[in-house]
Amino acid sequence: MTADTLPPALAEIVEDFSSAPPRDRLEMLLEYAGMLPPLPERYREHPERLEPVPECQSPLFVATEVEPDGTVRIYADAPQEAPTTRGFAGILRAGLDGLPAAEVLAVPPDLTARLALSEVVSPLRLRGAAALQGRIQRRVRELQGGSVEPAAAG
Amino acid sequence: MTVALPLDTDPKLAEYAHPERLVTTSWLADHLDDPNLVVVESDEDILLYETGHIPGAVKVDWHTELNDAITRDYLDGEKFAALMRDKGIGRDSTVVFYGDKSNWWAAYALWVFSLFGHPDLRLLDGGRAKWEAEERPTTTDAPSRVPSDYPSVERDDSRIRAFRDQVLEHLGKPLVDVRSPDEFSGKLLHMANYPQEGALRGGHIPGAKSVPWARAANEDGTFKSRAELEQLYQGEAGLAPGDDVVVYCRIGERSSHTWFALTNLLGFERVRNYDGSWTEWGNAVRVPIEREAEATA
Repeated sequence: MTADTLPPALAEIVEDFSSAPPRDRLEMLLEYAGMLPPLPERYREHPERLEPVPECQSPLFVATEVEPDGTVRIYADAPQEAPTTRGFAGILRAGLDGLPAAEVLAVPPDLTARLALSEVVSPLRLRGAAALQGRIQRRVRELQGGSVEPAAAG
Repeated sequence: MTVALPLDTDPKLAEYAHPERLVTTSWLADHLDDPNLVVVESDEDILLYETGHIPGAVKVDWHTELNDAITRDYLDGEKFAALMRDKGIGRDSTVVFYGDKSNWWAAYALWVFSLFGHPDLRLLDGGRAKWEAEERPTTTDAPSRVPSDYPSVERDDSRIRAFRDQVLEHLGKPLVDVRSPDEFSGKLLHMANYPQEGALRGGHIPGAKSVPWARAANEDGTFKSRAELEQLYQGEAGLAPGDDVVVYCRIGERSSHTWFALTNLLGFERVRNYDGSWTEWGNAVRVPIEREAEATA
């Protein structure tokens, strides 16, 4: 899968990041941190239904749902004092939420590399983002009743 | 030593061996406008500074700015000078560090600056969390500092930094492992809830005492009192201020916090931080490793 066959919303995000000057990429990541919406009530009241992502440096929790028509819904939460983690979650939500399951599963595992963040964020900090993507995809696969393969990354 | 700004005479700090290395939040608030002061924020989260920082503070990122981009090492003297010039830090500036996570990364940055012998380096007791808890001012405005003429000073790794071969020679002398008990015992290869950084073996360096770094800190991120620290390191862990001590953790950041406490708060004269730490030792071929051995009671 190449950049032009990424789901359109995600392809646009990748294009925005990779074409921006390095210093601006951090600002953009911060904007996605601010765009992460609050959890819906059913998760706020039942945090145990969220899946932890221990690969991230800061606490990150994610819930992945597949609606009866196959539409994927992603909810995530991380503390305000962990804006980098929130930013990664915000990108994945903006790029994947509302897509058909097949499109979510087809996203290549090197998405975080395509965002061109390694030089401004450091590779270590990117592992959590890759792990989050892997967990979302694994959960979609499980919910579809397909075979559970190891997460693509992380 | 050049001390450009007056010392913080807070009574808690006065008990420490080197009170000139710490400031309280109220001292910092009173001196923010001093032109010879540079406040440096160093965080684990690379975006936290951008969400709001102490007015005038510059950001130094441990990962992308203090390390050489190719070799696993710190900047050399020329690159460090270039970074300082760019940040507007002069050789005679009073530099006050603060950050998230009880000052882990702030202490780490202070330790790296110490390798270059910058004269006046201080840590904000309690770090970012205390400043925020006291509802002191923060801003998202970028600081405007004039570039400095910082000289190129050769890095001195001999006093406060230890390398693997030196740690091998050090075996039998005091070593402090500041990681969590489960990392120390070998049960975990890395910090709980943190990314696996690829250590192939678990455990600790033979003879190391386990004193998790956080035991030196209070709930609010400030350092414990001198008496409490003496009880911990000299009582419980059996260290003496004249000892030759090596401290380590996973990559040398948490152990910078302990290095700071032993050196500046208790007055230990020979403490070296082994920054290769477990990511090096836990992967090195044929270095001795202990598991589940006697942790300090």
